[in-house]
Amino acid sequence: MESIPIEHGLILAAILFSIGLIGVLTRRNIVFVLMSLEIMLNASGLAFIVAASRWGHAEGQIMFLMILTLAAAEVAVGLGLIIQMFRRYKTVDINELSEMKG
Amino acid sequence: MLDLIWLLPTYPLLGFLALVLTSGRLPKKIVGIIGAGSVGLSFLTAAIIATQFLAGGEDYFVKEVWAWMAVGSFTPGFSFYLDGLSLVMMLVITGVGFLIHLYATGYMADDPSFSRFFSYMNLFVAAMLMLVLGDNLVLLYLGWEGVGLCSYLLIGFWYTNPANGYAARKAFIVTRVGDTSMAIGLFLLFAQLGTLNIQDVLHAAEAEWAVGSGLAIAAALLLLGGAVGKSAQLPLQTWLPDAMAGPTPISALIHAATMVTAGVYLIARTHILFEIAPSVQLLVAWIGLITVLMAGFIALTQSDIKRILAFSTMSQIGYMFLALGVGAWSAAIFHLMTHAFFKALLFLASGTVILSVHHEQNIFKMGGLRKKLPVSFASFLIGSLALTAFPFTSGYFSKDEILLAALEMDGPGTILWVGGVLGAFLTGIYTFRLFFIVFFGENKGHVPENEVGGIHMNGPLFLLMILSLVGGFIAIPVESVFSHGEVHEEHHVSTLIHGFMIAVPLIGIVISYLFFYAKIFSIEKLMSIPISQTLHRFWFSGWGMDWLYDRLIVFPFLWLSKINKADLIDSFYAFIVKFARASNAMIVRTQTGYIRWYALSIAAGLVVLISIGVLL
Amino acid sequence: MIILFYLAAAVAIIATVAVVLQTNIVHGLLYLILSLLAVAVIFYVLGAPFAAVLEAIVYAGAIMVLFLFVIMMLNLGQHTQNQERTWLTPRGWIGPSIMAAILLGQLLNVISGIDYEIVPTQVGVMQVSALLFGPYVLAVELASILLLAGLVAAYHLAKTK
Repeated sequence: MESIPIEHGLILAAILFSIGLIGVLTRRNIVFVLMSLEIMLNASGLAFIVAASRWGHAEGQIMFLMILTLAAAEVAVGLGLIIQMFRRYKTVDINELSEMKG
Repeated sequence: MLDLIWLLPTYPLLGFLALVLTSGRLPKKIVGIIGAGSVGLSFLTAAIIATQFLAGGEDYFVKEVWAWMAVGSFTPGFSFYLDGLSLVMMLVITGVGFLIHLYATGYMADDPSFSRFFSYMNLFVAAMLMLVLGDNLVLLYLGWEGVGLCSYLLIGFWYTNPANGYAARKAFIVTRVGDTSMAIGLFLLFAQLGTLNIQDVLHAAEAEWAVGSGLAIAAALLLLGGAVGKSAQLPLQTWLPDAMAGPTPISALIHAATMVTAGVYLIARTHILFEIAPSVQLLVAWIGLITVLMAGFIALTQSDIKRILAFSTMSQIGYMFLALGVGAWSAAIFHLMTHAFFKALLFLASGTVILSVHHEQNIFKMGGLRKKLPVSFASFLIGSLALTAFPFTSGYFSKDEILLAALEMDGPGTILWVGGVLGAFLTGIYTFRLFFIVFFGENKGHVPENEVGGIHMNGPLFLLMILSLVGGFIAIPVESVFSHGEVHEEHHVSTLIHGFMIAVPLIGIVISYLFFYAKIFSIEKLMSIPISQTLHRFWFSGWGMDWLYDRLIVFPFLWLSKINKADLIDSFYAFIVKFARASNAMIVRTQTGYIRWYALSIAAGLVVLISIGVLL
Repeated sequence: MIILFYLAAAVAIIATVAVVLQTNIVHGLLYLILSLLAVAVIFYVLGAPFAAVLEAIVYAGAIMVLFLFVIMMLNLGQHTQNQERTWLTPRGWIGPSIMAAILLGQLLNVISGIDYEIVPTQVGVMQVSALLFGPYVLAVELASILLLAGLVAAYHLAKTK
């Protein structure tokens, strides 16, 4: 079986992470922001899997499982917040929620 | 039993705590029982301790209760020192104090702050006992400041009237000048002698300092500053007349019988220090004499019954200072005791008069009260006779001893004696001026329905009357304290001089009689001369001392504070505040409320962290 | 196999970029699912079949369905597209892109030092579970508590009054 340079796997993770970051910083629709966050989390999970396969260990997969759990909980809470926000402000624009300023 | 000496200040202190913690929720009857009872218990204990001490024949007794603090070699303890001097003081304080407390339960009965009054009074007695029983100067200073605090609280007791608050602050600040001087004196003593235990200090000073050496003079002068402030002597005397703003029992207890004599006690207690500084001791005599005369002249012109008594107090304490100055230590303490009796009597009687005529204090609006107020009349008669040193009353013996001691002194003794006799002459005039105007002649305003008082008000008056009459026969056991350097007790003066000394106050009384009772001389005619008007104004204002201090100290200080209104030092702290505000205004802009902005900050932080990680 | 890795990587990147650029939220979600599935393929190639399966079931399946439910509840569909277009101004892209580019550059710089050829070996369910319920059992418990907390919070937050 051919080999894959570990660099390539990590670079892929870095690219996905950066794209996710752009999404978080750019989008005003909070649902898109949450989706971009999922991309970033997934990218870090990918980095763990790449590292695990470099050593041939199972620990990386366990870390991925933890990230998965975190993502699930985060999405559940985040979507709950979105529903509440939409109920109160009738919008998904996060710029509307800028009352907490100095 | 002597070991129980610590109970003396403890009883009133517990009374104070009980009254303060219940803060006026107790019924007045129980407050009175706690307030007067705690001092009564103290007196009983003091009496038992005194009999045992005198029977034991020891010179002194020390009881260390616990160590207060221990800082290096500085280890003042809560220790009590009992000798003849503190014995007399503790009996006077608890005895006269108890009578005045008893009187106050009647005098203050209608006051809404009854409980507060007694809590302050009890705290005062506790502090005063601490002052006279402390075996080191730190404990003495604790009591010293404690009585100062109580004096302040009680002068301003009726605080709703701003004038009373002003009088309280004046008393506090003026005595503070003396207290600061005394504190510096304590520092000096500790720095030079390494101890503040009174007996050790005295022995060390005697051993280490030559007579008339600079350090001895400095230490004695600084202590004298404290004594002068507390005892209302020249030049810190201005607070005492205003202190009469407090309730009358306070004037009797604090501003006549006990606290103001603390200065006399301090000098007597540290008399060895004054003996090795003869120039300061002579200064004490001169201060005493000048105060006697100044206060005597002022008292001639006053119209407020309590102010007259206040100036007479000043004058009598001046006699005590005179005695201290000529080295007649036991005469000073003797006069302190007899003065406590008859001045407490006069003040309490004036309290009854004031209550009976509905809080009128101007003697020219009284008059003819002899029939209506028989108890006050008797009290005033006996008190005034004792005050003017009428033969065989208590004041006669003590004042006689002081004047004879002055006469026997070498050098300026004769001048001091002449001054003292002149003071006695003035005492005769102003005391009976008050007496005749208040109790004889026509009533000019307030006719009392009946005399205020019950057994708990008149009882103390009767007891004090007896003490004022026979107090001169009490022998105070202070020989062992002053054994050293005491002017000898046996006086050798001709009968002529003695007769003269007895006659002078009587002449004063007669002059007063001619002016104010028989009206053979007219006061109006005297006042029509311009010079006497000027003198009257000058004396009435207390020799213009308040005016002088206003010009010398108060106005320059106000002027300084005015030009430095935008405080120079404050501007530095204001800068810190401004800097913090400006930084806040800057950083607060980063808090935009936009989540994306925060996310961007996090990303930027990440970039910076990775950069640092890579570079390092 | 190596071709599959690069193919899947290309799909993942393109799909992810499409998610970020998309104005239609449902399309964006579909692209996201595509991206996640591509990552699942990569997992499989790298020898982590269990993770690949979980990625497909939990991520691309359960979590995305949750998103879909919310989008339906909020009734965000075709009509919000115009609004999305007005929000996405070209100027808004500049700052975040620079920031992301700097970060990416740094990451690449860090990664470039690592030089290792991965020869994928299969690490199956058994090995993972043996570890999970062996030394990492506490982590599993913590994860379960986290999920429980998320459940309670989501229920409470989404409740109508």
